[in-house]
Amino acid sequence: MSGARIATVMLKELRQISRDPATLGMLLAVPLFLLLMFGFAISLDTKHISLAVLDYDRTESSRSFIAGFLHSEYFDLKRTLSRETEIDRLLDEGEILVALVVPRGFGRDAANGRRVEVQAIADGSNGTTAAAAIGYVQAVAADWSLRAYVRSLERAGVAGMRTTIDFRPRVLFNPELRSANFLVPGLIVLILMMSAVLSTTLSIVREKERGTMEQIRVSPVRPLELIVGKTVPYLFIGIVAAATILATSRLLFGVEVKGSWLDLAVVTLIFLFGCLGFGVMLSTISDSQQVAFLLSSLLTLLPVFVLSGFVFPFRNMPLIIQGVSYLLPGRYYLAALRAIMLKGVGFWAFKEQVLALVIFAVVTSAVSVIRLGRQGT
Amino acid sequence: MRTIRFIIRKEFQQLRRDRRLLPIILISPVLQMALLGYAANMDVKDVPLAVCDQDHSVESRQLITSFLQSGSYVASARPADAAAAERSIEEGKSSLALVIPPGFGRDLSGSRAAPVQLLADGSDSQAAAIGLTYATLIVSRAQAGRAAQRLSSLDPAVLRRIKAVQVEPAVRVLYNPTLASRNFMVPGVLAMILMIITMVLTSQAIVKEKELGTLEQLIVTPITPRQLIIGKLTPFVLISLVIITVVLAASLALFGLAVRGSLLVLYALSLLFMASSLGIGLFVSTIARSQQQAMMFSMFFFMMPMLILSGFVFPIESMPPVIQAVTYVFPLRYYFVIIRGLFLKGVSLLELWRETAALAVIGIVVITASVLRFRKRLE
Repeated sequence: MSGARIATVMLKELRQISRDPATLGMLLAVPLFLLLMFGFAISLDTKHISLAVLDYDRTESSRSFIAGFLHSEYFDLKRTLSRETEIDRLLDEGEILVALVVPRGFGRDAANGRRVEVQAIADGSNGTTAAAAIGYVQAVAADWSLRAYVRSLERAGVAGMRTTIDFRPRVLFNPELRSANFLVPGLIVLILMMSAVLSTTLSIVREKERGTMEQIRVSPVRPLELIVGKTVPYLFIGIVAAATILATSRLLFGVEVKGSWLDLAVVTLIFLFGCLGFGVMLSTISDSQQVAFLLSSLLTLLPVFVLSGFVFPFRNMPLIIQGVSYLLPGRYYLAALRAIMLKGVGFWAFKEQVLALVIFAVVTSAVSVIRLGRQGT
Repeated sequence: MRTIRFIIRKEFQQLRRDRRLLPIILISPVLQMALLGYAANMDVKDVPLAVCDQDHSVESRQLITSFLQSGSYVASARPADAAAAERSIEEGKSSLALVIPPGFGRDLSGSRAAPVQLLADGSDSQAAAIGLTYATLIVSRAQAGRAAQRLSSLDPAVLRRIKAVQVEPAVRVLYNPTLASRNFMVPGVLAMILMIITMVLTSQAIVKEKELGTLEQLIVTPITPRQLIIGKLTPFVLISLVIITVVLAASLALFGLAVRGSLLVLYALSLLFMASSLGIGLFVSTIARSQQQAMMFSMFFFMMPMLILSGFVFPIESMPPVIQAVTYVFPLRYYFVIIRGLFLKGVSLLELWRETAALAVIGIVVITASVLRFRKRLE
């Protein structure tokens, strides 16, 4: 390893970067732009479910039952219907998610203490949303029944039966259950990984395609020196981008870092190393820039989104696929990020993740050096 | 026409010469479909629940059983006290913890309110929110059952004056009765894979010639921009046909997803979607100065935004209006509606005319823009 030779490669790379200001600008500004756009856009909160109501009963008690739905923040009344035939069309077109039908005689039966059935028809296409919506329908109905029941007890002069169980839910770490707190770390992983991998994924293959690789080969620069020289400038760009989006998620999205900023910086740095190494590795195994781009998008974009625990929980995955997810650095970085940012736990809690990230960085760099060395001879 | 054929043949030769490209294009969609289709599942079931029973009474065991039998929770730990339960959540071993303090059974039979605590891990807000809703429901049912039990001990004269009100929602679920999120996600994964491959393939098409210096040779030939664009696009459309077939076959074979709508409509609209997405790739290729720029441009301004903002996972309706407006330019947004409608609801072309029209408009606009953009460059 010679510092002078690395510096030469670095200087050449820097000169190339500066010659293409659009790319440099994209690498610096785009992560921030994407975080802003996505951070404000996405949420998994199941609120404002569009509801249509068909009230056959039209009594005071049916109206008070329906009001229970409208007063909760979970439902938005989209339509008040007069015929049952309208329901299927509205669901087909995706206009509403749930339709509620209150039968004739609802008020009379409820007053007489008979069991009343109301009908709820739900669009199940998005199973998760539908499950939540059904849960809310049941909860609102149970709540209304309980209150009507308590009133009837009071009228009969029986007291003390009101609360038999004093239920106290308490949420740790993210008390308001803001989905931003859950999602922003995932966005950080996705954005950082994509920009870091993409910035180096063409580094070697571009020289191959243009034929300048042969010139480098006859020079005294060794494979490791070439790789270090080529990645260090991008490491700095990555650090700037990471700092920007971490600061933004704190300032704009209110995702506070409960743990130590030092831990956060160390983990992020190791993760960036791994991503850059991965980019270089793809570059050494591709014959053309097109293949390098194809490989990097197929291996990173969807896998990071689906397999790193961003929105899809690991517990739902078959074991084999859980095994595959262990190969992805995004999984470890995301776990460490959530531990540091949301839980505020110390280093001991995510030491395995850090170890896995170090292994990933070492392996990808080693493969790159070996591949490059072999091509040289 | 002959000129176009020449370009098509040249493109195919170039594709074949890259020994890695074609295998990746054909094999990776199947691999991705298998891997990601099984993984993309947001069902809230088997949520790990730490059960801390400090009472050990019949009543506490009853409550625990009603939690575990609901199907939403599995017992992940049996901590001895509330502090240990909290630790289990901190370490990520459990998402929820149910803590029943000593005296629960006695209080329940007496006249005092029996306290029960539920701890939830809010760092997974999705599981926590749904887990809490279900827990509340389970507790309120247990409570109602308990109240009915106690009422029966009352004096019949008083009892007659009490009206037990019980409104029970009879839920009917359309389209996806098991509520499996897989039925919603697999078509989504399919659409994402098609989008990524088409964008990657064409976003380099023109800029590669530019970078390698062969574009000048093309310019001095009598080929018109329109011929060049059509000639470049045709091979990719043909490859897309193969990819659609492979991906559709894979999703039918792997996940047993039946297409409820017409298969012909699915095929035709998939092709339309791919044409518009190929067109976007081509347009990127005409404005980029280098392959690196083309790559970043298509990744950052099209592929990533489409992944997040087209309604794959995050509902478009809950996005702010400004961002909702942006999503109208993404072909994927329309394709999601089409493919989910055909797979789950079995809708017909009649109900999909808006989406079909939107895809056609996007396709025509971007391909025309590519031709115009390319003409400018020639002058």
